[in-house]
Amino acid sequence: MAKSKEIFYSKKFKENYLYLKKSKNFILVKNLKLKKIKMKRTLLDKIWDIHRVRTLPNGKDQIFIGLHLIHEVTSPQAFQMIREEKLKVLFPQNTFATVDHIVPTDDQSRPLKDPLAEEMLTALENNTKETGIKFFDFKSVKQGIVHVIGPELGITQPGMTIACGDSHTSTHGAFGSLAFGIGTTQIKDLLATQTLALSKPKIRKISVKGKLGIGVYAKDVILAIIQKLGVNGGIGFCYEYGGEAIKNFNMEERMTICNMTIEGGARMGYINPDDTTFNYIKEREFAPKGEEFKRAVSWWKAIASEPKAKYDDTVELDGSKIEPMVTWGINPGQTIGISKTLPDIKSLNSNERETAKEAYEHMGLESGKPLKGIPIHVAFIGSCTNSRISDLREAAKIAKGRKVALGVKALVVPGSQQVQKAAENEGLDKIFKEAGFEWREAGCSMCLAMNPDKLKGRELCASSSNRNFKGRQGSATGRTILMSPAMVAAAAIQGSLTDVREFL
Amino acid sequence: MNPTEIKKISFLSGRGIPLKGNDLDTDRIIPARYLKCVTFDKLGEYLFYDVRFNENGSKKEHALNEKKYEGATIMIVNRNFGCGSSREHAPQSLLRYGIKALIGESFAEIFSDNCTALGLPLVTAKKEDIENLMNFVEDDPVCEIKIDLEKLEVTYGDFSILVQQPAQMRKALLEGSWNSTGELLSSLKEIHLVKSKLPYLNKFNF
Repeated sequence: MAKSKEIFYSKKFKENYLYLKKSKNFILVKNLKLKKIKMKRTLLDKIWDIHRVRTLPNGKDQIFIGLHLIHEVTSPQAFQMIREEKLKVLFPQNTFATVDHIVPTDDQSRPLKDPLAEEMLTALENNTKETGIKFFDFKSVKQGIVHVIGPELGITQPGMTIACGDSHTSTHGAFGSLAFGIGTTQIKDLLATQTLALSKPKIRKISVKGKLGIGVYAKDVILAIIQKLGVNGGIGFCYEYGGEAIKNFNMEERMTICNMTIEGGARMGYINPDDTTFNYIKEREFAPKGEEFKRAVSWWKAIASEPKAKYDDTVELDGSKIEPMVTWGINPGQTIGISKTLPDIKSLNSNERETAKEAYEHMGLESGKPLKGIPIHVAFIGSCTNSRISDLREAAKIAKGRKVALGVKALVVPGSQQVQKAAENEGLDKIFKEAGFEWREAGCSMCLAMNPDKLKGRELCASSSNRNFKGRQGSATGRTILMSPAMVAAAAIQGSLTDVREFL
Repeated sequence: MNPTEIKKISFLSGRGIPLKGNDLDTDRIIPARYLKCVTFDKLGEYLFYDVRFNENGSKKEHALNEKKYEGATIMIVNRNFGCGSSREHAPQSLLRYGIKALIGESFAEIFSDNCTALGLPLVTAKKEDIENLMNFVEDDPVCEIKIDLEKLEVTYGDFSILVQQPAQMRKALLEGSWNSTGELLSSLKEIHLVKSKLPYLNKFNF
């Protein structure tokens, strides 16, 4: 632990000695060079330190937040508090807004048909206008899911602290930033002070070694990680993802990994920035340009974890052994490889059995049977986890020249207006439409059913989203099976859960 | 309220309203469908909505619907009040309905934290003391109940009972440090200093 092992100079022996302080025992270490003994730090340590304003009387750290993202659902009450408490937004230029949760994906003309949705959108317009916060609305042609547009506009950068009233803010950690979700009172704190009272998490390094097989994507890797560590395994931790498989991922794949960090219980997770990161950011609208970009890269390189940094825990996975993953239950930790059969409840840990039983009842599934072949009613490709251009390309490869099975409602919802435009320029929309998929406009859509896209009754949905909680997709009895976008496309074509590898 | 001024809460008084029952959860305090809103303003109207009203909007039998408790500001409850989700909407709906404090046998942990953040005091008392207080208020709803947080004492009529409060909540209320914004804002100079040193907010000149 970094705190119990402090190293410092003694004035008297400054030249030749260092004291190593461990608990209350002092050990005199002779002739050690500072360079060698200096504590190697993680990206978490470095970012935390430069953003720390002070330690508060309650023991928490007051942390400066470099980037605040807001959307229509969790911010209006915070703005109300700001008004009621006669506060002002301290640094409006450090906050960016978009609308995503409540937007319809078929007809985005104003006023929105749902008066409550229209009211929430209007409130965001007024709040951002009054306080001078930049709002990417429909007209901007840059609107989209908050965790899609931050990166694609170059707003999200390495070394930042990033917060948003949304648990999937962990997505932005893909760039080597500390990014996490917050509650409404914290949004108020952030608007008023650009800081938050936080406790520094512990750090766990998760290495995914080896090369992934064909038909295995970032979604399968993160589902395998959550399966291994459990949905509560990350509580109190920040995750650092590394290893060959992670290193080989492009930025969009890295975002999928970091996005679902919260589903494993960790509030934030990151990947050290490298050339893949810098190349992605270069030339984006809000990215530094020219000489400034060069200076940025040298700083971004310097904030990465040092090779011998200390971790509170380390976990390794063999990427070559991961197969396409599917969930079978009511939380994202209840997963199996598509070739496997459903687990026997007795084979599970005792604390998992109750939920497994509830899951089987809700899903109408039985142990010992495979998931492959189970008919689906809805196929959903979208959400902050998997709605970026590379996700759509992979799904389109499967859809091309094939037809959605009869009776299956299949939706493709791009994550942002820019993703939509890029996909249309490449003709992906045509591929999907010809195959029988509905091509929609940008939004959160069927991930959480705060908009018109919802499951009905007991419908079973093959979904590229992030949560398979009961009722999550809008019907209390609806059923969600999480998987990669390519697997969703394959299921839509097959009309049942299937192995995407048979389509490649 | 100016957040830089500390608002100490050490004494409250008002008329009481007894709300009998254990494990009254956050979904009952504020039903989920009322979370689709832009302000917490109307949450007061929806406080305990589904247990107060029928589907057609007619009133059910409930303490909050009784005329004799109109204007009451101190809610008296039983065990494990506020269990369930972490939604801030629950204490917000109580606050906006006009509740200034709650006296109960026990409160759920997250609910208790949320109340602290909003400066809504909770105190706990023994089961029989709560029952006596509830009965007294039923018979004499206009009686003034006084809560002294310094002395940890509740007085009503000729009676007085000893109450408890979690130490952190008590400290926050008595010192007026329950509003974290004020605490954070008090280091404005340091905030500017940290901002001025962050490479990404200063054109990467470092």
